[in-house]
Amino acid sequence: MDAESARRHIEELIHDYAHCIDDDRLEAWPDFFTDECLYRVISRQDYERGLPVGVMTCTSRGMLQDRILSLRSANIYEPHVYRHLISAIRVRGETDGIWSVQTGYAVIRTMQTGDVSIFSTGKYLDRIVRVGDALRFKERTVVFDSRRVHTLMVIPI
Amino acid sequence: MAVQSAQSLSQRVGWPGQGVHRVPYRVYTDPEIYAAEQHRLFRGPVWNFLGMASEVPAAGDYVTRHIGDTPVVMVRDQDGGINVLVNRCGHRGNLVCTRTSGRAEHLTCVYHNWLYDLKGNLTSVAFRRGVAGKGGMPDDFDMAGHGMPRLRTATFHDLVFATFSDEVAPLSDYLGAEMRANIERVVGRRMCLLGTHAQYMPNNWKLYMENVRDSYHASLLHMFQAAFRINRLTMDGGVRLSDGGWHHISYSKEATDRQGDETYGGKKLRAMDQGFELADPSLIARWQEYPCGTTLAIQSIFPNFIVQQIYNSIALRLCVPKGPENCELMWWVLGCEDDTEAQRQIRIVQSNMIGPAGLISMEDGVVGGWVQRATRNDGDETTVLEMGGRDVAPSEGSRATEVSIRGFWNGWRSLMAV
Repeated sequence: MDAESARRHIEELIHDYAHCIDDDRLEAWPDFFTDECLYRVISRQDYERGLPVGVMTCTSRGMLQDRILSLRSANIYEPHVYRHLISAIRVRGETDGIWSVQTGYAVIRTMQTGDVSIFSTGKYLDRIVRVGDALRFKERTVVFDSRRVHTLMVIPI
Repeated sequence: MAVQSAQSLSQRVGWPGQGVHRVPYRVYTDPEIYAAEQHRLFRGPVWNFLGMASEVPAAGDYVTRHIGDTPVVMVRDQDGGINVLVNRCGHRGNLVCTRTSGRAEHLTCVYHNWLYDLKGNLTSVAFRRGVAGKGGMPDDFDMAGHGMPRLRTATFHDLVFATFSDEVAPLSDYLGAEMRANIERVVGRRMCLLGTHAQYMPNNWKLYMENVRDSYHASLLHMFQAAFRINRLTMDGGVRLSDGGWHHISYSKEATDRQGDETYGGKKLRAMDQGFELADPSLIARWQEYPCGTTLAIQSIFPNFIVQQIYNSIALRLCVPKGPENCELMWWVLGCEDDTEAQRQIRIVQSNMIGPAGLISMEDGVVGGWVQRATRNDGDETTVLEMGGRDVAPSEGSRATEVSIRGFWNGWRSLMAV
């Protein structure tokens, strides 16, 4: 894959990921990751301090599946949907078949009551690899700007 | 807002008779009751948790926090002591420390460059003698009387507490032997910070403190636990209370779990019907960390501090009021300096159970808001707290009780004089 083709495929992966969540196709969400992977959501403050624990820390695709199973079957929360606004995708470089990518995002949360709010803004720090014909996240670190999470976070960012 | 007389506040609250098994919904919404809490409770005879001494390791290190609504600074001085100062300049009332943390030789108010030492003493006033002989402060201005107010401070195993009260018993007595023993068991080691959370919730702070003391709801609201048998009311456990019930510990020991599906009202719980299994069981990997066999212990120290042990997930929580109808839950997620790499990894993965996205705890972020919405217009109506009786006494062998919530209200009524 040449650089231009890689960039196009990476952008498609990142946009498809956002649509998958926003369209509530959450059972397909783990498929964006490799079997062994790291997905974590962490505040900017803690990320910059190098602390390991975030709001979510999933270390395998199975753990991502468990998150969704729990969300669908066990957890109690007020129904809501996300709308991701993706901006400024930058491919930082490629080493040994791993692309490092940084992307800005905003997630607007709409509650069943009609309340609409900016739920989270921040950046994705990705390490993306090729698996067969497709690209997958080997690592996706979501660094959110605010210290605070309003109420709860059940749907992944 | 003016502090009300005891009598008019009592009328305002409208507590229904004696006891603590009925609570009027007005206490969750009323701005005057909220204002009275700031003085009688948070500035009253209680020890308020501030943070960990290790957050300010070197001289000049500070963090800004709140006691109730009052902004304070926790700062280490050159003698190694920790001071908790009201974060307000003695001149015009400006915030002195405007960053959430930092390191400073002096605390400087940027408005007019008044300087304070790390104990809060006013050491310098800009243009105190005026300019070219004109202006300046009067000759009799007393620097000693205009420092940043310094609170009584005490630490216990790296936990820093402060109080506005001269009357409250020493921290050690305020906690009592049983509460001290559990704190010591859980965090009385060399701890390290693994992460923090801040969860902003649309409910009165007391609704969260009731929730955290409510051992009855845990296996009913939090289905994740029930489905994987992480926490069952049929496990051995109980509720320990300090004198008067101000502080509590709810604990369980899983190894002694007895089968008890029938006790859940004769039908299986929602999640049990699904019978799901974890795709990756390492999510609940754990090790036996405590010789006593305690697998879960939630402890609250009146008014708003919590020590948590859920298996190997250790955390401190502080529920900070943010007006009558909001609060912010601060979390310190901890590990031990002596953890092996494998143990540290287990703690990190277990942290998925707690916090704003916690597979176990997330419901606690939403249920308070639902109560807030449903009760807002019915201040005279009351909650019912009769599970496990109407008294405030320890409950050995059962956590199907609301006794520790009643204990909270015992403390609240006592300090609020209602």
